[in-house]
Amino acid sequence: MSETNMAAPTKGRIDVRNFGLSYDTLEGPIEAVCDASIHVNPGEFVSIVGPSGCGKSTLLNAVAGFLKPTKGGVAVDDEPVDGPGADRGMVFQQYSLFPWKTVKENVEFGLKMKHLDKSSRDRAARTLLGLAGLTAFEKKYPDSLSGGMKQRVGIVRALATGPKVLLLDEPFGALDAQTRVIMQQILTNMWQRLKISVLFVTHDIDEAIFLSDRVYCMTARPGTIKAEITIPLERPRHQSMMMSSEFLGLRRGLMSLIREESIKAMGGELNDLALDGLSIDLHGQSLADVI
Amino acid sequence: MESAALRIEQQASEPEPAVQQPPPDAIEPAINPQRLATYVRRWLSLNRGGLRAVFVGAISLALFLLSWHLLTKYRVVFFVRFTNVPSPASVYESLTRAVHDHKFFMHVMLSCRRILLGFSLAAIIAVPLGLVMGRFKLAHEILFPIAEILRPIPAIAWVPMSIMLWPTNEQSIVFITFLGSFFPILVNTLHGMSLVDPVLVRASQCLGAREASIFREVYFPASLPHIFTGLTVGMGVAWVSLIAAEMISGQFGIGYFTWEAYSLVQYPDIALGMICIGVLGLGSSSLIRGLGRLVMPWNRT
Repeated sequence: MSETNMAAPTKGRIDVRNFGLSYDTLEGPIEAVCDASIHVNPGEFVSIVGPSGCGKSTLLNAVAGFLKPTKGGVAVDDEPVDGPGADRGMVFQQYSLFPWKTVKENVEFGLKMKHLDKSSRDRAARTLLGLAGLTAFEKKYPDSLSGGMKQRVGIVRALATGPKVLLLDEPFGALDAQTRVIMQQILTNMWQRLKISVLFVTHDIDEAIFLSDRVYCMTARPGTIKAEITIPLERPRHQSMMMSSEFLGLRRGLMSLIREESIKAMGGELNDLALDGLSIDLHGQSLADVI
Repeated sequence: MESAALRIEQQASEPEPAVQQPPPDAIEPAINPQRLATYVRRWLSLNRGGLRAVFVGAISLALFLLSWHLLTKYRVVFFVRFTNVPSPASVYESLTRAVHDHKFFMHVMLSCRRILLGFSLAAIIAVPLGLVMGRFKLAHEILFPIAEILRPIPAIAWVPMSIMLWPTNEQSIVFITFLGSFFPILVNTLHGMSLVDPVLVRASQCLGAREASIFREVYFPASLPHIFTGLTVGMGVAWVSLIAAEMISGQFGIGYFTWEAYSLVQYPDIALGMICIGVLGLGSSSLIRGLGRLVMPWNRT
């Protein structure tokens, strides 16, 4: 590829300012996310990691426009987000392909909603499917595809409308480890070619480091931003980098951050002693005897 | 606005490695006896379960006919009385007579027409109603209580009311057929709407779909499998209701034919009418299933 079109992208800046979201329950409002501020620069790849239930998906859904913040605001390119729209492509953890549409029809869906005529839709879909190595499967229905393929189609479908930003909600969570690594590679390739801003939610620390320019780490509920870590690893990135001391150092740092929060998220008085076998001492008896 | 798709297209002019290969058997001659033999062998082993079912089913049917024959031949009386029950042979004889009788044909055609009218009306009204009730809360809140009260009333219980409501006998019979299939279709459509995966709705919104498109492209196709379940069940209940209505208030139709045969002491015709109803019911259900397979090519399991 030529290096001439490396001009910095100017569109696709995400701003989340003092974001807060609470639910009303009988016991009163519960804060899911509290005073979280993040941003994604145009063309940047940013991940959010955190223990489960910390509100990282909530944050992403607010950027997508599915949830309205109770405090603060979300804006993309200085335009406040008000409901979902095609300028923000989204990839879900559950594959979310339309089962009644073929692979190609799925990819064409966004363009059909834009009222593009059939021939240009067809051309765009074929180009994108070719890019993702899915040409041979364009006439298949999603049910006959593997998980990795489905998610490739999901990414391609989200990109087809030419969104300013791409939002991914644990997109590879349901895939096996080998497929996940390949999918990460494919995603980085597409991201580098399209120069699109990406906001990526995951609980997998390796994945976050391997893919991102920057990683936000969230606290346990109510979720806030605990740390922001810049990943200085050079690009293009390769599988082998995951063994480098630089990578492992980043990993160690993030691990300890997350570990604290995961223990908090599990609630109660879990301490390190409890984690070493949950303080169970059976005095040599079997469990059945004790009970 | 420059779309991502167009941007990629410019870069993609460099040749991409083609994944597609020519099908390997395109070069070989079309018919090759050895290939045909392996093909047949594979087909047989792949369809072994189905063939077995056909084989066992045929034996089972033959045994059923045989026991029917024996029970009527020896006029068995053991709790139930087979004294007056027609034998398979006499029913067959009655069938050969009936196929040349245009009156029998008219009974069948008239029943089919009533089903077609009543069932089609039910489908045309219940499916859109179910979709609207599933999508709009207010419509659901208004209509659901009425539907819940009317639903448990069997269509046959509507016969007197129906005779009062409609000026002609024909209309009231079609109305009863309509009622029979209406509620199964409505309830199943509603059920389908309630099971639509919200992630798919959100995915469509992220791709720029608005209300009308979401309805057409997501809610409707997602509910289709349940709509077809409703249509199949509705078709069954339509026949049940029709036959009952014809026996009570009809002058024509296969249900009336069966009842009339009893009054006129033409016992073989009773069994003929019954078998005819069974075959018609089976045929119309398979018609709906076939239509479903045609409309939902993704749903082949």
